[in-house]
Amino acid sequence: MPEAVISADALDLTFQTNDGPVQALSDVSLDINKGDFVSFIGPSGCGKTTFLRVIAALEQPTGGEVTVNGMTPDEARRARAYGYVFQAAGLYPWRTIEKNIKLPLEIMGFDRTEQERRANNVLQLVDLEGFGKKFPWQLSGGMQQRASIARALAFDADILLMDEPFGALDEIVRDRLNEELLKLWARTEKTIGFVTHSIPEAVYLSTKIVVMSPRPGRITDVIESDLPRDRPLDIRDTPEFLALAHRVREGLREGHAYDE
Amino acid sequence: MSIAADQTPPCAFCMAMRRISMAILPVLVVVGVIVAIWYAAAYGMNRVSTLDTAERRGIEISAAEVFADTMAQERPRLPAPHQVVAELWNTTAGEPILRERRGEYQPNPRSLFFHAYQTLAPTLLGFVIGTLAGLLLAIGIVHNRAMDMSVMPWAIASQTIPILAIAPIVIVVLNAVGLTGVVPKSLISAYLSFFPVVVGMVKGLRSPGAMDLDLLRTYSASRSETLVKLRLPASIPFLFASLKVAIAAALVGTIVAELPTGARFGLGARLLTGSYYGQTIQIWSALFMAAICAACLVALLGLIERTTLRRMGLDR
Ligand SMILES: Nc1ncnc2c1ncn2[C@@H]1O[C@H](COP(=O)(O)OP(=O)(O)OP(=O)(O)O)[C@@H](O)[C@H]1O
Ligand SMILES: [Mg+2]
Repeated sequence: MPEAVISADALDLTFQTNDGPVQALSDVSLDINKGDFVSFIGPSGCGKTTFLRVIAALEQPTGGEVTVNGMTPDEARRARAYGYVFQAAGLYPWRTIEKNIKLPLEIMGFDRTEQERRANNVLQLVDLEGFGKKFPWQLSGGMQQRASIARALAFDADILLMDEPFGALDEIVRDRLNEELLKLWARTEKTIGFVTHSIPEAVYLSTKIVVMSPRPGRITDVIESDLPRDRPLDIRDTPEFLALAHRVREGLREGHAYDE
Repeated sequence: MSIAADQTPPCAFCMAMRRISMAILPVLVVVGVIVAIWYAAAYGMNRVSTLDTAERRGIEISAAEVFADTMAQERPRLPAPHQVVAELWNTTAGEPILRERRGEYQPNPRSLFFHAYQTLAPTLLGFVIGTLAGLLLAIGIVHNRAMDMSVMPWAIASQTIPILAIAPIVIVVLNAVGLTGVVPKSLISAYLSFFPVVVGMVKGLRSPGAMDLDLLRTYSASRSETLVKLRLPASIPFLFASLKVAIAAALVGTIVAELPTGARFGLGARLLTGSYYGQTIQIWSALFMAAICAACLVALLGLIERTTLRRMGLDR
């Protein structure tokens, strides 16, 4: 039995808004094991972002419990358990790429030589050597997103939470980044939570696909992928891949039928 | 074919000159129109006194003589532009800043530079005090709910009080406790200049979006780290916009502080003595000096702004 790194038990989260309460998460239970690549997929508003934010202690659940490495999310955050990658790159425009990557390192109190070493290291990891001295606006959208991944990797957290990191990129760049992300995952053995709207992306990347549906946001299906960990891009044409994609699509449709 | 071959490429110098003249021409036209209107107004406003004088003396004068007189009166209602320019020239280039008195070099009160300095020193001091005060208040407002609710209404109220009314009170009170010279003037100018800094910096410090703030939360950054690493850098463009308003306000503050207190030196003092003795030319040249000072200060800030933003990569 592999150990669960992230464990959610009967999570509820209701936002109090001006138009009344919005139930963003309802009875969400999920175990994520060490080294898993978990994708969250579902229609807009089903609580994918909210779930990720609860894990990262950016949002407080109104019911249920989450533990990360056996701690509360808040404690886990202070223990530098996760790196978070937002939908937009979110690089600070007044910092060069290198300085952006050093931002978490400065705050966490790494010394200068260590900052330098780690920045160079992750820049290499995301294939951005030589761009450290550039400002964000001098880079393409894809490169910026890679820089933001590098920033999340810099302090070597065990868990990487990514909220539609490639949502704004075109398909070709996205394919490349997906491939690179898989390599990175294989090399670093991190546990990754990944939100996406794309079925092929979810199937291609994940060891576990979590299908969610809205109003209230809940998990409708958890699909364990039996694809090999080493995945070339053309695995997407194999019958196994298509079968998985089909199952995800069915799950999404079912979630929708619930709604009507 | 031969026509094309004959054409020499336009020389770089001519191109540069053309570009400069294209940029300057509209400015010259506007300035020209203003000067023309000014001359016309000077003629219109000074004519009455010219005619009065002629009548009292019982002389007949021609239209040309009337015009010439309106342009050259000693105490015109509205001095002509060239009179102001001449006065500016005579009191700056024409007067040494220091002059010898009993073997010592002392400031020359006939030099307009000396008066400008007398005004600029408290202006700059007041600007620095006001900016620091504005910055601290803005940081307090952004970080503390009670300050957020309470400070802003007072800051706004403070600016609705006519400065002309409280300046003498402040000066007199400060004099009574032994504060004289630069400090009281600079406090008045600080009083006017902190406000734009508060308003701009509150907006600037609040400008980072939710995502930028969340990012720092995922690093468990403290509030002071958030201030230093995110809020302050994000507010720099807002800061410069505020500083330009603040420095102009500081200059106005100093001049106003000089007016009701019978200051002997400074641009405000020049305005005051000028109005005592009907020296309109002196008043106008002091006004122009003040405007020139303000323009230089704002331009200087603009220069600092541009270099700072460029170094921060914010200026594309
Ligand atoms: N801060 C908030 N205040 C109020 N309601 C919120 C807040 N954040 C999210 N919600 C609501 O909670 C629900 C789930 O939002 P969430 O952002 O988690 O959806 P999502 O699955 O990430 O959607 P998308 O795919 O569009 O990003 C939505 O109905 C949303 O309106
Ligand atoms: Mg979302």
